[in-house]
Amino acid sequence: MIPGSFEYHRPSSLADAVGLLSSLGDDALLVAGGHSLIPMMKFRMAVPEHLVDLQDVKSLKSISLDSGQISLGAMVTQAEIILSDELHVACPILREVSYQIADPQIRNLGTIGGNVANGDPGNDMPAIMQVLDATYILTGPDGEREIAAREFYESAFFTARQDNEILTTIRFAAPAAGHGSSYVKQKRKIGDYATAAAAVIVTMSGDTCASASIGLTNVADTPLWAENAASLLVGSSLDGETIKAAADAAKAITDPADDGRGPKDYRTHIAGIMVQRAIANAVDRAK
Amino acid sequence: MNDQTPISREERIEKLQGLGSSRKRVEDARFTQGAGNYVDDIKLPGMLFGDFVRSPYGHARIKSIKTEAALAVPGVLAVITAEDLKPLNLHYMPTLAGDVQAVLADEKVLFQGQEVAFVVATDRYAAADGVELVEVDYEGLPVINDAFKAMDDNAPLLREDIKDKMEGAHGPRKHHNHIFSWEEGDKKGTEKALADADVVVEELITYQRVHPCPLETCGCVASMDKINGKLTLWGTFQAPHAVRTVASLITNIAEHNIRVISPDIGGGFGNKVGVYPGYICAAVASIVTGKPVKWVEDRIENLSATAFARDYHMTGKIAATKDGKITGLSAHVLADHGAFDACADPTKFPAGFFSIVTGSYDIPVAYCGVDGVYTNKAPGGVAYRCSFRVTEAAYLIERMIDILARKLDMDPAEIRLKNFIKKEQFPYNSALGWEYDSGDYHTAMDKALASVDYNALRAEQEENRAAFDRGETRNLMGIGVAFFTEIVGAGPVKNCDILGLGMFDSCEIRIHPTGSAIARLGTISQGQGHATTFAQIVASEIGIPAEDITLEEGDTDTAPYGLGTYGSRSTPVAGAATAMAGRKIRAKAQMIAAYLLEVHEGDLEWDVDRFQVKGNPEAHKTMKEIAFASYNQAIPGLEPGLEAVSYYDPPNMTYPFGAYIGVVDIDVDTGVVDVRSFYALDDCGTRINPMIIEGQVHGGLTESLAIVMGQDISYDETGNIKGATLMDYFLPTAVETPNWETDFTTTPSPHHPIGAKGVGESPNVGGVPALSNAVHDAFAHKGLTHTQMPHDHWRIWKTAQKLGLTD
Amino acid sequence: MSEININMTVNGQKIEASADPRTLLIHFLREDQNLTGPHIGCDTSHCGACTVDMNGMSVKACTVFVGQANGADIVTIEGIAQADGTLHALQEAFRQHHGLQCGFCTPGMITRAYRLLQENPSPTEEEIRYGISGNLCRCTGYQNIVKAIQVAAEELSVKEAAE
Repeated sequence: MIPGSFEYHRPSSLADAVGLLSSLGDDALLVAGGHSLIPMMKFRMAVPEHLVDLQDVKSLKSISLDSGQISLGAMVTQAEIILSDELHVACPILREVSYQIADPQIRNLGTIGGNVANGDPGNDMPAIMQVLDATYILTGPDGEREIAAREFYESAFFTARQDNEILTTIRFAAPAAGHGSSYVKQKRKIGDYATAAAAVIVTMSGDTCASASIGLTNVADTPLWAENAASLLVGSSLDGETIKAAADAAKAITDPADDGRGPKDYRTHIAGIMVQRAIANAVDRAK
Repeated sequence: MNDQTPISREERIEKLQGLGSSRKRVEDARFTQGAGNYVDDIKLPGMLFGDFVRSPYGHARIKSIKTEAALAVPGVLAVITAEDLKPLNLHYMPTLAGDVQAVLADEKVLFQGQEVAFVVATDRYAAADGVELVEVDYEGLPVINDAFKAMDDNAPLLREDIKDKMEGAHGPRKHHNHIFSWEEGDKKGTEKALADADVVVEELITYQRVHPCPLETCGCVASMDKINGKLTLWGTFQAPHAVRTVASLITNIAEHNIRVISPDIGGGFGNKVGVYPGYICAAVASIVTGKPVKWVEDRIENLSATAFARDYHMTGKIAATKDGKITGLSAHVLADHGAFDACADPTKFPAGFFSIVTGSYDIPVAYCGVDGVYTNKAPGGVAYRCSFRVTEAAYLIERMIDILARKLDMDPAEIRLKNFIKKEQFPYNSALGWEYDSGDYHTAMDKALASVDYNALRAEQEENRAAFDRGETRNLMGIGVAFFTEIVGAGPVKNCDILGLGMFDSCEIRIHPTGSAIARLGTISQGQGHATTFAQIVASEIGIPAEDITLEEGDTDTAPYGLGTYGSRSTPVAGAATAMAGRKIRAKAQMIAAYLLEVHEGDLEWDVDRFQVKGNPEAHKTMKEIAFASYNQAIPGLEPGLEAVSYYDPPNMTYPFGAYIGVVDIDVDTGVVDVRSFYALDDCGTRINPMIIEGQVHGGLTESLAIVMGQDISYDETGNIKGATLMDYFLPTAVETPNWETDFTTTPSPHHPIGAKGVGESPNVGGVPALSNAVHDAFAHKGLTHTQMPHDHWRIWKTAQKLGLTD
Repeated sequence: MSEININMTVNGQKIEASADPRTLLIHFLREDQNLTGPHIGCDTSHCGACTVDMNGMSVKACTVFVGQANGADIVTIEGIAQADGTLHALQEAFRQHHGLQCGFCTPGMITRAYRLLQENPSPTEEEIRYGISGNLCRCTGYQNIVKAIQVAAEELSVKEAAE
């Protein structure tokens, strides 16, 4: 499996990277960790004439936590997310999800920016960003713009990002202190894309659910924010019946493909099970 | 020359590191330092690289092939098509099963991934660019990927090249997509047993198409030296000598002008037994260009074009008394061979040793029949870590026994114990014509049941089932029992050959003057550790420490002829040849010792590493001393030197057996199976190196786990192969793989010189039914009789759903 | 397409070369640098046979372009033993505990374990199994690999304590 030929560029600033994208036009693709793009190039399903490598754009490597706001540079790797204790304290679901992405080698190169930006419905981070109501910051020739993660995904591999834009930063408010979160992913084996997966964040007020957010991975051609499902939980005591109803509401918005992971009905069912289990974990972890 | 430091007899035995020693492997030093020499590591001056244009269609006519654009790519030197091979009569090659296979597609393609053109370039990047630019115009044809439809009246004709040839390699063909019919046993008697039985169980049991998938793919380097007329082929060959003979027959290059070398091989598991179009094309390209040509397939090519395994649709029927004594067995198989019959079976056995299907049981009458058919799938049908269709047979009988037990409400262990061939019945002649050389099944089974505390497991399962029914758990526990008998070590030349080559094997031993040695064998290791274990056999036979013995295999210019390594045949056949060659050396050594000690030969006895005078062990000559004498003294009546060669034709197969018990917990809501524990008792006769045996068992069990829980080479209705990368094709990681518990009994083979039987494939043969039975057992009380593998998550959930266990 | 200049440190040696940018790091190491220890098993970053250490991290060299590795510090299986030829504890332990059979996955497996034990010097069995989950082995069933890594971890910590 041999990729086609291309010119290789390694800009050292964001401005240079954006400039290259603009000047090279449609023939250029960005590479971050490369673990989605390079296999596609080896299959010759992607044949860019130019490859713009972002690894030297140091401004994209930062992790910052500032008065409840978390900003992650697009080039922060999954391994770096796992290693950040500060991030883990503020938002533990990030470490939990990162550990369930691919394998150690791939997490060393795979970036959060690549994971959220390439639009693969199998990627795990986008569902987390649905749950966190994250904002993506894109930089293009006309400067910066922001777009909500919940608005970003259009269909498989199609997103609101323009070809000449770079997704530079992912920003979200740290979940409330005392929240509970969980990402439960069923996969054929460790490292596989999800058969179905669910991300849940809840806050509790005594025995009552004060807030809830639910996201789903790989059960539609985009990540899903299960708004209705979450709203059923709020105000309830999270009894079995309510959780079941939330799972059913989540299942109702799925539309998974038939693939080696299973037929549609199975993957829909698993989405419901993942939601139930993620809720149970999140509630356990909430204070 | 007398050894100066006297050491005890025990120390002398220890020093040999012979039979029974868990000797560390000599191969490991190079592998752990990255210094292995696999085929893709070979680099020769001026070496070119070949890459295939492959069919995107499952069945299509080739209307045209345009190569101009590819030839314009810098570095591309040639594009070879069937048209170029025809004048050489190389566009088809013989398969090991008596069929022919297209080397490059001739007028039509018959499976997705079939080789259509071979692009030769200065490096692999240019070759790949050339492949992209070869334009092939196809006209799609109707696809058959369901073996049950292959012989329908209106089924499309697949093999136009043999459409008028209705007499196949194994008798008449009854349909244009039929390959062979093969039967064994007493059909009428079996029908009568079924008609007269108290109970009959019948089931269609499919063993899905899988692939051996060694971590190294197949490949070769061909180098034609035009000056001296010699063709050298390095490649991933499990049978280098057979490759040389086949290469000579099809290229008309004299066999002495072909040298085949198997370098280090990164796993084989049957994938590397066959001869593939890449080997032929690389050789042709080297002959044409005069330069060495390398071809190495990538993983997708490996999974979609070289050597699948299984794809057997087996209908089993068992007749039994109401108290569970089996009175007859019938088995019919519809065998899907893909587009060409490229099975790697001994010639007279188109379905391999499937007739071992009576298993470990004393079944008075049996019949089996196999029909092979063509479909639009890849050719192959290799023995994936098993001896020629033995794992299919073991799966059928071990599932059927469980189904019978369920029908009679008997315990699966109990029904096996009731029907085992008894120790005193060996040698045992099976109803399907095999002579089982030895066995002690009851002892093995009893030991296994006691080791796992089987009764406690069943009691725990009762509690689990009750808790499930009360809604306290959503997990079901399954206990899988399997008892297998393998038939390995092909085999006796009187009935086993491949392309007319008798399946003997060989060993040549040379003792050097200073008392070290080299041994060469006709086999080739692919991870089994031959350089370690065969040296142990030599050590025990001739008393030279294993560490002083070099072992070589895989170079046809230096090694004696042998049929190679597959079907667990190396230890039973080449291991026997090694022992026999050692004995020849010892016989000559005895004569030399007698001369040196000035006694009669008959006055000497062998002791560990020396001949000593009976009753006077102080008077002795060590093998080291004898070796030196053989080179430096003129001994009347004896030729100088000390070497021997043995070609061993085994009198019978060997019959390793084992008792396996696995415990699984199944999450009914997700279909996820957790293998809680697995106990494997193997009886492979004399154990040469327990460490290596255990390693083989771990690996084979892991392969069985992969097959049962996920491996599936399937095709969609248009002939597209589904999931031919390692994202989809299930190879378990360390996370999915449990710890395996190994155990053994020892029942030596009575006809093998050292009593060894072979073990490499047993864990795959026994592991598959044990794990599948465990999954079935979890649902048995809810009415599950049988469901087809793989038992992956979604299929298990569907099973639970059908049984009404899901929401 | 124009070639690019490559500067890298490989097993402690500085190297300069020029390469087609599409050259995969694994091919650059195996074919240009003659370091054939790391292997190609799957081509799609699933098997880990091509694992090398890059800037102190395990990576799969089949899915890295040589340009991406420009300037990097690379260690392959050939660079794991000490310069005087003394084997690394992992190399010894794999042999002592039969952690390999065909040897094809071994270079990637040991190179991964080499980094794992620096990330986590005393891993549990479960941590080892997760830590090598990007490396497939078809022969051993992992059991003896896990054992070998456990033993090497113990030996390395004993050695460290002694120093």
